[in-house]
Amino acid sequence: MNASFDWGALLGDANVRSVLLGSMLLGAGAGVLGCFTFLRKRALLGDALAHATLPGVCLAFLVTGSKHPFVLLVGATITGWLGVAAVNVITKRSRIKDDAALALTLSVFFGFGIVLLTRIQKTGAAAQAGLDKFLFGQAASLVPADVLLLGGVTVVLLACVVLAFKEFKLLAFDPQFAATIGRPVGALDFLLNTLTVLSVTVGLQAVGVVLMAAMLVTPAAAARYWTDRLPVMLVLAGTIGALAGAIGAVVSMTAPRMPTGPWTVVAATALFAVSLVAAPRRGVVARTLRRWRTRRRVAEENVLKTLYHLGESDGVWDAPRKASDVSGRRRAKTAGVASVLPRLANAGWVERTGEAWRLTRAGLDRARRVVRLHRLWEVYLTERLHLAADHVHDDAEEIEHILTPELEAQLEAALARPRFDPHRQQIPYDAPVPASAAEPTVVP
Amino acid sequence: MTLDDRTPVRPAMEDGVPPLRRFPIEGVPPLEVHDLSVAYQRRPVLWDIDFAIPPATLIGVVGPNGAGKSTLLKAVMGLLPLASGEVRLFGEPFPAHRQRLGYVPQRESVDWDFPTSALDVVLMGRYGKRALFQRPNAADREIARRALQRMGMAAFADRQISQLSGGQQQRVFLARALAQEAELYLMDEPFAGVDAATEQAVLELLRELKTQGRTVVVVHHDLANVPQYFDWVLMLNLRLVAIGPVNEVFTAEHLRQTYGGRLRLLTEVTETLRRQEQEVRR
Repeated sequence: MNASFDWGALLGDANVRSVLLGSMLLGAGAGVLGCFTFLRKRALLGDALAHATLPGVCLAFLVTGSKHPFVLLVGATITGWLGVAAVNVITKRSRIKDDAALALTLSVFFGFGIVLLTRIQKTGAAAQAGLDKFLFGQAASLVPADVLLLGGVTVVLLACVVLAFKEFKLLAFDPQFAATIGRPVGALDFLLNTLTVLSVTVGLQAVGVVLMAAMLVTPAAAARYWTDRLPVMLVLAGTIGALAGAIGAVVSMTAPRMPTGPWTVVAATALFAVSLVAAPRRGVVARTLRRWRTRRRVAEENVLKTLYHLGESDGVWDAPRKASDVSGRRRAKTAGVASVLPRLANAGWVERTGEAWRLTRAGLDRARRVVRLHRLWEVYLTERLHLAADHVHDDAEEIEHILTPELEAQLEAALARPRFDPHRQQIPYDAPVPASAAEPTVVP
Repeated sequence: MTLDDRTPVRPAMEDGVPPLRRFPIEGVPPLEVHDLSVAYQRRPVLWDIDFAIPPATLIGVVGPNGAGKSTLLKAVMGLLPLASGEVRLFGEPFPAHRQRLGYVPQRESVDWDFPTSALDVVLMGRYGKRALFQRPNAADREIARRALQRMGMAAFADRQISQLSGGQQQRVFLARALAQEAELYLMDEPFAGVDAATEQAVLELLRELKTQGRTVVVVHHDLANVPQYFDWVLMLNLRLVAIGPVNEVFTAEHLRQTYGGRLRLLTEVTETLRRQEQEVRR
């Protein structure tokens, strides 16, 4: 923003404050209620209900002739609820499945709303009534009285969620179990749906019926990336919704003819994209990093293992080997091996002597473990899954890198510490195997 | 279509099903079901089920796919509307003793990616003891922790549930049932798709519940171990084929009746009912 834009003066303006506050409240309300919509996999129901509010707004105006926000809110709530009820009745009472029921409800209600809106426009009243702003939202049209009403409703919504948190959680996670312990599942479902309808109607003026469903789903989907706890998810989704609302409001005020809904939704989507990419553990970056680290470790272990194999063939465990010796043995690229070796040296697994590298004590132990896991797994596959000995190597090449010490112990115990793998190669243990241990069980 | 279209032949058996034997039950039966029928959209899926089970018994419910095993459990708990019949818990109509009933649904019935921890799920077993909107207290938490511990899951209390293996998830569900401190348990396939260690843990739990005088009704799919696992068996295929002590009713003849195809007449009547319902709707 350039310097001529005076934020201080803008925030001092009561109207500006109410636009900002109103947009944030509606974003927070929709974000919190949307978590339950999202977790119950009813995102499309939110879309149908948002569209179903349009005829309500128009009818309320036609009947009362008033554009008082309370009147329009009541109308929107009624038809929004009828939309939800229509979906439920159609799926329960007919053979139509829920996707078709949602599509039917959405288009019929929205179509009816558009017919009414056109009719109102023909009479020339729409402009005065400003009903067309309900399509795509106009945050700048919020006045302090609107914010008082919308804010009041939002506070009630959030209070209900806090109060009924435990019941809503159970309802969303396992409704059948809730019914078996005597919870009034029907009534709770009704309450949650009503709160969701209200959170949508509260947002209509600023976001519009067409895009309001995105405010239910997007903040919830974004919040899910950051946490595994439902309370935290609710707070985060509320915050993300509020932030998106604020951004939409600012755009609406700086460009008054611009509809707010699309901007709010774009802002929410941007926050979602950030979550998708940057969230710890679940985000794309974290996942990629994890995969990359694993690949790196696998490459390192393969080089260590090959050094061990070389030692096994000539009996000299700490002989210096060239990168080309290793790559020749593994049929790998010499350059690749050459790039891994210095990393291994830094970590203390190998030592450099001139152009060659040799295993350190620690490196030998680690290499031995990889080889041991490989061969134990081969024994397991041939003995327990009855696979042919020449079919088990490729599988073991993968498994050797991922077995945990616990699984290793279980594997050792289950197979009674076999001395040889199916190819008659010795399985190297850290402690010597007693002489009585089993002879090879499968002949290559 | 008429019934005559089908190759007739099969003699007697059709409606000559031998009457159910009654086994004596001492004390108040934890669960009685009288003349229960259930229909999905007018299509009957359970016909005239009638039985009572004794206290402190492990009962396996077996039958082919689509026999109505899960439906029976759900109908008993009032999750499905009954077309007819009555369910009694501890001698009284069902709702009176709801809190003495514990339920373990099929593991796949919920979304394990839900943002919650193992302990939180187990705590849900305590919700029934608390009023609507009332939070669980410290004692409830203690009970939930002990239930997790009992299932060998203490170390996973704070783990998000999607990070648990299938067997561990099943144990969380069983811990939740334990936390309910119920006297009659209904379990839907607790042995399905679990590892050997979990199978053993579930079995030990069942036996311990029994020695504590509780009754457990288990929907089970592995016929091979029915005699080892259960005292009684309930054999179901749309109707009740047999119920009683395993060594008396788990017979080749009953198995043939249970698994040897549906009763032809019953299946056709069911189909006809369904078709007519559709025609009415068209």
